[in-house]
Amino acid sequence: MTNKSATARLIGIVALVTMLIGSFVGLFVVSPDRLQGDVQRLMYVHVPAAWLAFLAFFVVFLMSVLYLIQRDLKWDRVAHASAEIGVVFTVLTLALGSMWGKPTWGVWWTWDPRLTTTAIMLAIYVGYLAIRSFADDPDKRARWAAIVGIIGFANVPIVYLSVIWWRTLHQPPSSPRSVSPEILWTLLFNVLAFTFVYVYLMMRRIRLAKVEGELEQRVAYNG
Amino acid sequence: MELLRRSWAIVWKDLLIEARTKQAFNAMVFFAALVLFIFSFALGPDTELLREVSGGLLWVGIAFTGILSLNRTYQSEETSGGIEGLRVYPGDPRAIFLGKLFGNIIVLLAVEAVLFPAAAVLFQIEMLPHVWELAGVAVLGTIGFSIVGTFYAALTVNLRAREVMLPLLLFPALVPMLLGAVNATTLILVGDPMQDSGIWIRLLVAFDVIFFVISTWIFPIALEE
Repeated sequence: MTNKSATARLIGIVALVTMLIGSFVGLFVVSPDRLQGDVQRLMYVHVPAAWLAFLAFFVVFLMSVLYLIQRDLKWDRVAHASAEIGVVFTVLTLALGSMWGKPTWGVWWTWDPRLTTTAIMLAIYVGYLAIRSFADDPDKRARWAAIVGIIGFANVPIVYLSVIWWRTLHQPPSSPRSVSPEILWTLLFNVLAFTFVYVYLMMRRIRLAKVEGELEQRVAYNG
Repeated sequence: MELLRRSWAIVWKDLLIEARTKQAFNAMVFFAALVLFIFSFALGPDTELLREVSGGLLWVGIAFTGILSLNRTYQSEETSGGIEGLRVYPGDPRAIFLGKLFGNIIVLLAVEAVLFPAAAVLFQIEMLPHVWELAGVAVLGTIGFSIVGTFYAALTVNLRAREVMLPLLLFPALVPMLLGAVNATTLILVGDPMQDSGIWIRLLVAFDVIFFVISTWIFPIALEE
């Protein structure tokens, strides 16, 4: 336990330091975008947040499959932790994207395939967390959540494809421009920093889930 | 074959209950008509506008009405512990899913058989020349809606607040199906010069097949006690 805790603290420190360096470089060192100016610096948090959200939901999917195969609540705890973090970072992605969209596109929101899919993905995983909160029995909760985790993840690419078709019948979707190596490296560094944050949050959240599970069991046992 | 026979027994049982009580069907038709009315009030008496958005209105009506029916899917089993009985019967538990699925499709299609003509009258749409295309889209959309719906209804039936949980899980999952059905219906109704409706019908078919496979595969896990 203490060993794990020490590892978590170490990763937390690494996450904090890389976040600070990444933010500093992104804000002050890298030259601003020629067309968008300083607004473009939002990319250094927006893209990593989006990456993290997808990573988190992929982990939910993997852990859901593992749970259904092995029926070990350990996998369910990981899936739950990852879903919560994923939802937080999806909201962050949407909020940051919205702030970026207003000065560059002129609108807070547009029905772009990626935006729309992200919003629907958020709804899917809010549903995932909601079904967990309404189930009392740990095994049933884990089983139902795993099913939603699998179907929800399978649905994301189908939603994306259908929204692309829906939009391209009206307008071409926005495409990423080629980026300079300086910008790319800063971005990749920030992605790395966010991934450390994810690992750190996961370790803490899983431990918390474990304690919550024990508490739930004791309350049930004592009537 | 055995699977189909068992499924049919469940369909028959549910339809018989429905035929004798007639509670759900009448309420659903009335509710669907009211949804169309409310849209007409919300969007004003501009018939041209209503006609242009009629595909969307119809499918929102179907989705809302369908939720009512889905919430009742396992109700007759739930009230008297009948699901335990179904569960201990020998044979593949998938028969329960298939039976409930066919039942939902039949009831929802029956509602649509009233809803589409009602929309044609209310919104002054010429539906008769396109009746077969519309029926095709309605069947494909209804199958997709019912597959995901029947599946999630089995998950939520034991939950507190299932009336909220079912749409919360269902509607995000239905986005591709709704996009396909709404766009295909609208293109058929307002004209399709670019022949775009084919892509939406293909999307509907793909959605139906993918979710049918996933749902029938996972359903036994959803049903476990």
